[in-house]
Amino acid sequence: MVDKIIDYIRVQEADFDINAEYQVMREDNREDGAIVFFVGQVREMNQGSEVTGLYLEHYPAMTEKSLQGIVEQARERWPVLNRIRLIHRVGQLHISDQIVFVAVSSSHREAAFEACHFIMDFLKNRAPFWKKETIASGDRWVEALQKDKDALKKW
Amino acid sequence: MKVLFFAQLRERLNCDSAELDIELPTLVTDVREALIAQFPDHADLLKDGKALVAINQELINNEKATITAADEVAFFPPVTGG
Repeated sequence: MVDKIIDYIRVQEADFDINAEYQVMREDNREDGAIVFFVGQVREMNQGSEVTGLYLEHYPAMTEKSLQGIVEQARERWPVLNRIRLIHRVGQLHISDQIVFVAVSSSHREAAFEACHFIMDFLKNRAPFWKKETIASGDRWVEALQKDKDALKKW
Repeated sequence: MKVLFFAQLRERLNCDSAELDIELPTLVTDVREALIAQFPDHADLLKDGKALVAINQELINNEKATITAADEVAFFPPVTGG
């Protein structure tokens, strides 16, 4: 059973169930005309190498606080947002495993689309997670990309 | 004072935290300099622009920010979640 509260933010090792999440976004929800989802998953190829596994480290005392701050910024920017759910996994993951989930509901689609995008762009630059991937030659830390940094400029 | 490390920085320094002999309150820039003095072989990862700084679990983008004895301070590489 998934808790039903407006801002649901979790950092967890366990996988998540999109169908269950979607039901919580919809349950007793007569006011919203739009629900937007984003799911990030582990990709097989990264920076030219075949990846066989991905470990996600985080800063436990800071992680949820940081995500909460990003969600609050989104709410200030788009006051029409209704329900927000954000889940990020940590620990050992494998190819095509789900990593991150963002769901945003709103009366109309524009705010929900934009807020979902905004939350992901800020999460990529501000939330204290680090990926270490396993490739044929061993393990390597994933480098932060300039394009992710540049993505913040549009906000 | 104590500084926490994460990810590649933690691995390269081979410790998850360090004790610095530094007078408090101080500034982020002074803590960064003290860390580089303590770990000169890893200045490349510790310098401004390479290691991010959090004070009390909040990202700080100001080298002149003040650090007091009550603060939790962490240095870590640019984040790569999502």
